[in-house]
Amino acid sequence: MPIASNNGHVRETIFELENVEYMYGGKQRALKNINLRVEAGESIAILGANGSGKSTLLKLLDALYYPTRGTFRAFGEMITEESLADDSRAFAFRRRVGLVFQDPDVQLFSPTVWDEVVFAPLHLGLSRSEVIERAEWAMDMLNITHLRERAPYRLSGGEKKKVALASVLSFRPDVWLLDEPTASLDPRSTTRLLDFLDDLRREGKTIITATHDLEIVEQVSNRALVFCGDHEITMEGTPQQVLADEARLIECNLLQERRRGRVILPAGGAG
Amino acid sequence: MSITRAIRPMRRSRPAQGFLEKSLAGFTDALEQSLFAEEIARQAGLLQGLDPRVKLLGALALLIAVSFSRNLVVIVAIYLLTLPMAALSRVPLGFYFKRVWVFMPFFTGLIALPALLNIFTPGPALITLLDIAQPRIYLAITLPGVITAAFLLVRVGTSVSITVLLILTTRWTVLLRALRVLHMPQAFVLILGMTYRYIFVLLHTANDMFLARKSRLLGRVSSAEDRSWLTASMGVLLTKSYGLSEDVYLAMQSRGFRGEVLVLDTFAMTRRDWVWLFLFLAGAAMAIWLGRV
Repeated sequence: MPIASNNGHVRETIFELENVEYMYGGKQRALKNINLRVEAGESIAILGANGSGKSTLLKLLDALYYPTRGTFRAFGEMITEESLADDSRAFAFRRRVGLVFQDPDVQLFSPTVWDEVVFAPLHLGLSRSEVIERAEWAMDMLNITHLRERAPYRLSGGEKKKVALASVLSFRPDVWLLDEPTASLDPRSTTRLLDFLDDLRREGKTIITATHDLEIVEQVSNRALVFCGDHEITMEGTPQQVLADEARLIECNLLQERRRGRVILPAGGAG
Repeated sequence: MSITRAIRPMRRSRPAQGFLEKSLAGFTDALEQSLFAEEIARQAGLLQGLDPRVKLLGALALLIAVSFSRNLVVIVAIYLLTLPMAALSRVPLGFYFKRVWVFMPFFTGLIALPALLNIFTPGPALITLLDIAQPRIYLAITLPGVITAAFLLVRVGTSVSITVLLILTTRWTVLLRALRVLHMPQAFVLILGMTYRYIFVLLHTANDMFLARKSRLLGRVSSAEDRSWLTASMGVLLTKSYGLSEDVYLAMQSRGFRGEVLVLDTFAMTRRDWVWLFLFLAGAAMAIWLGRV
């Protein structure tokens, strides 16, 4: 459902979650009472400590998991396992939403970098010429053309991350879901990644980043959500507002008390 | 004490390549080999230049010829024909030969062993192994037994060689596509594709586990301890692999995978492909005809 933004423009509602819960195996709670609305062009940071539910939420937003309870709408349509069983609806959804997994080894499963980058456009039904054009463009954008014939599992961590990004960039999704994008990256690779995300934001893409790296929050988002306690979003605001509330960040295991006010330490690991 | 004497005990106590080292070397070797095979498949060569469907049908025809031929010379001739094809496809002949003939005879030989004996294959004895008058026990290797065992070994060796040549000169993803185009059941092709991908995940996980253990070991451990650890870690490895494979599947789904294996290559038969298809089929038919006795 389109809604009016602050500047008067009508913006499309990308995701709408109402009272969403998710339980692994029907027993282990991963998400509780999630209410969230994401508009087109927004950049959102999802913060939380290990096991708080960040990654699960991203997978749910990518329709890899479905809510155990509550409703999930994407682009105005109800998303359920049954609705995405229809190929045309599934392709329409997948073409618009891309997820970059935290562990590139999970995401990179093809024999070569080229196969990896062409995988999405090919499986999303683009023509041969479009697949080639998009794959070459994505590799060029991320400066990995020289890795074309290499096996993904033999690349360095930074290279793997670039290939993982290229594998999503190649189908040009409107919505980017990034799970711990700076994890295990060196400072230079982190800077390049943040520049890349800046470019996406300027293009008007919707970006949702799950992270525990508080240092990047202001750069990657204009809204921040914090997972705390029992797999719930307990805090929401601008990145500045969220980062200013150190007591809450300590409570949510995103800051270490003994170093409070000096160095921001990430809690580490996946959410 | 001389330096030599001081060093000697150290040399004696230096651990030989143990179970862990061998396993690690095995994992690395498996990864290297798969990578090497992909590199060969991407080179410009005789078989690499052929349409994968032609190669697949050609290999299938030759495999049928090998299975149906009752003449050892014909089977050997088919094997010998694969050698120039391998050479022209830039497959190192040493690698090609070793990949088939180093281990295969041990496993196939084990199966063929009983066929050598007069108990299973009666006939004129070549070598008498046991001849006891009371109670009467006679055990010998017979000529028909040797021929039967030779047939089995050569048949298996040639068949494996043809398959290896096909795999070495065809990229895995393209081979899967060719199987689909030739109407192999989708479930079968899907399982093959998944297996290939998960083998890498499994090898990496196993390699990491072995390295992690090695980094925490001081000195040698007994074989019994090694075996005990192996048993325990197999369960852990299975659980880890299962979790990883689920994530890999989700990653594939996320990028549009709907159960159908797709590759970019679009197949188009050229005149050269038709000629080779004819040669493969005619060669196989001739081999069956010549090998009928």
